[in-house]
Amino acid sequence: MTEPAAAAPVRWRLKQPSIIPGFGLTLGFSLAYLSLIILIPVAGLIWRTAELGPAGFLAIATDDRTVRALIVSFGTAFAAALINVVFGLIVAWVLTRYRFPGRRLVDAMVDLPFALPTAVAGIALAALYAPQGWIGQYFMPFRIAFTPYGIVVALVFIGLPFVVRTVQPVMEEIDREVEEAAATLGANRFQTITRVILPGLAPAILTGFALAFARGVGEYGSVIFIAGNIPYVSEIAPLLIVIRLEEFNYSGATAIATIMLLISFVMLFVINLIQAWSRKRYGNG
Amino acid sequence: MEVTINNIRKEFDRFAALNDVSLTIGSGELIALLGPSGSGKTTLLRLIAGLDFPTSGRILFGDEDASRHTVQERNVGFVFQHYALFRHMTVAENIGFGLRVRPAKSRPPKSEIRRRVSELLEMVQLGGLEKRYPNQLSGGQRQRVALARAMAIEPRILLLDEPFGALDAKVRKELRRWLREFHDRTGHTTVFVTHDQEEALELADRVVVMSQGRIEQVGSADDVYDRPGSPFVFSFIGESSELPVEVKGGTVLFQGEPIGIAGERDGAGELFFRPEDVALVDAPDALSGKVTTSRRLAGTRIVEVDIANNGHAPYHVEIEVPLHAPVELGADIRFRPSRWKIFTKS
Repeated sequence: MTEPAAAAPVRWRLKQPSIIPGFGLTLGFSLAYLSLIILIPVAGLIWRTAELGPAGFLAIATDDRTVRALIVSFGTAFAAALINVVFGLIVAWVLTRYRFPGRRLVDAMVDLPFALPTAVAGIALAALYAPQGWIGQYFMPFRIAFTPYGIVVALVFIGLPFVVRTVQPVMEEIDREVEEAAATLGANRFQTITRVILPGLAPAILTGFALAFARGVGEYGSVIFIAGNIPYVSEIAPLLIVIRLEEFNYSGATAIATIMLLISFVMLFVINLIQAWSRKRYGNG
Repeated sequence: MEVTINNIRKEFDRFAALNDVSLTIGSGELIALLGPSGSGKTTLLRLIAGLDFPTSGRILFGDEDASRHTVQERNVGFVFQHYALFRHMTVAENIGFGLRVRPAKSRPPKSEIRRRVSELLEMVQLGGLEKRYPNQLSGGQRQRVALARAMAIEPRILLLDEPFGALDAKVRKELRRWLREFHDRTGHTTVFVTHDQEEALELADRVVVMSQGRIEQVGSADDVYDRPGSPFVFSFIGESSELPVEVKGGTVLFQGEPIGIAGERDGAGELFFRPEDVALVDAPDALSGKVTTSRRLAGTRIVEVDIANNGHAPYHVEIEVPLHAPVELGADIRFRPSRWKIFTKS
C-alpha cells in the first residue's frame, strides 16, 4: 500500500453535487427524528443521573443488589442469545433447505414472539415450567421457573425470531455450487458445514445474536412472571429500576438505567466493529 | 484415466434428462460436450463427477465402477461455471482446501501444502495473489483459481462446466488457448461442457454433440462439421440451409422439379447444405429464388434468397457467392449445392 505522499487536503463539504437529490432534506429529517425519539430521552436520562454526583452514582453502581441484578440481566440475556443462535440456525436451516407440508405455517410461527404481548408469554411459560406445570414437573427437583433458568427460557422465546430472521435470507442465498465444490474437493458434510457454510453465515449470525441479546437485556414483561424476582438471585435490572421508581427514587432508577445503557452500548459497538471488519475482509457488504 | 459411460439414463421427476447414453473417453483426451441448453450435457458431467446419480446405467473409471463411490471418493476436479470459490478464504486457502480437509492419515504437512499451493499458483500464472480474497479478483483470475483448486487434489479426471461462459469475449479466447496448453502440459483426461460450438471445435480432441438427452454424434471437429451424422448436427454446427426434397430414381426433386443433383436412397427427405458449398449456375435444373439481402463479409458476399413455396411462407436460404458475381436485390438467382447431404425419412 502506498499512500500519495502529499495528499491534497480533502475539504469536507456538507453539500456535494449528487445525482441523488434530497440529501439535505432526508438527513435533516433523520436527525430531527432520531433526536425526538432517541437522543432527547437518553440525554434526559443521563441528565437525571448526573444530579447524583460521582459519589452517589458510584454508590448505586457498586451496590450489591444492583450488581447482582445487572449480572442476572446480562448473564441470562447472553445465555439466551447463545441458545438462540444454535437453535435459530437449525430452524432457519430447516425452513430454507427443505420443502415440507406446513412449512409456511412454521415460518409464520417464528414471528409469534414478536406479536404476542410479552406478559402473556411470561404467564404461559411460568404456568408450563412451574414445579407443578406440564413441563416443569418432569424436571423436578430441578426448578426452572422462579430461578434464573426461567429467565433464560423466557428470553429464548422472545429472542428466537431475531436470529431466524437475520440468518434466513443469507442462508437462502448460499450458492449450492459452493457446497458441491467442497464435496468434489473431498470435504465431508461436517467439514463443508463448519468450514464453508458457517463462516459465510458468521456476519448474519453475529447480527442475530446482537439483536437477540439487546432485546433480552431490555425485556421486562415476560421475565417478571417467570423469574420469581428474588433479590440477589433472580431479580433483573429492569425490575430493579421499576422498584426504585415505585420508591420515588428517580435518580436511583436512572442511574441503573444509565449503567445498562453504557454496557449495552459498548457491547453493540464491539459487535459492530467485528461486523465492519469481516465485511471489509470478505467484501460481502 | 479412461472413463466409460454405459447406457446411462437419468430422470428428474419422470422427465428423462439423459436417455441411454454411452460414451468412452480415452485417457488424456480433451472432450467437449456440446449442445443447446436442455440437451443434458451438464447432467452428464455431474453424473461423471458424482454430484448426481444415474437412474440406471454405469460409469467406470478405468475398470473400477465409479457409480458405487460418492463424490468425495471419486477424486475428480470440478470447475463450476460461476467458479464457486469460498469467498471467506484467501486464494491460497481456497487452493489448499482440498488438501486441508483430507483425513489426518493422508493429509500432507502444512509446509508441503504451502509449497503445493504456490506451485499451482505459478502454474495458473497467479503468483503473488495468494493473500487476495476472491472478490478482489477479475473473472478470468477467479476461473484460474477455481482450476488450481480443482488441480490441487491431483484429480483422476478434470471436469469443467461451461468454464468460460461468464467471461467476456477477449478473456474467453485467451483462457481457451491457455486451457489447451495447460491440458497438453498436464495430460489430464478432461471433459468440458459448452454451448459455444466455436469453443468446442477449436479446443477439443473430440466433440460430443448432444440433443434432448441423447448423443447425436461423437467425432473430431472435422467429423462433426464436414460429415454430420444427423439433421440436428448439420443444423446445429455451423451455418446451413434445409429444404424438403424427394429422391426418385437417383435424382433429387424439389417441388417436383429436378435440381441437378443426385441422391442415393429414394423417398422424401431433407436436403442440407452449407452457404459456402453452393455454385451459381445458368441451367434450368437448379434451385432458384429472389435475392432479399446481400452483405459483404470480408472476402465473400453472403446472399439471402427466398424460394417461393406455392403461396406459403417462402423457404429462406443463405448462400455465399463470389464478390464479382452479379447480384441484384429483388432479382432471380439460380444455384446448386456443390456439397450436400440428404437425410431421407425412413
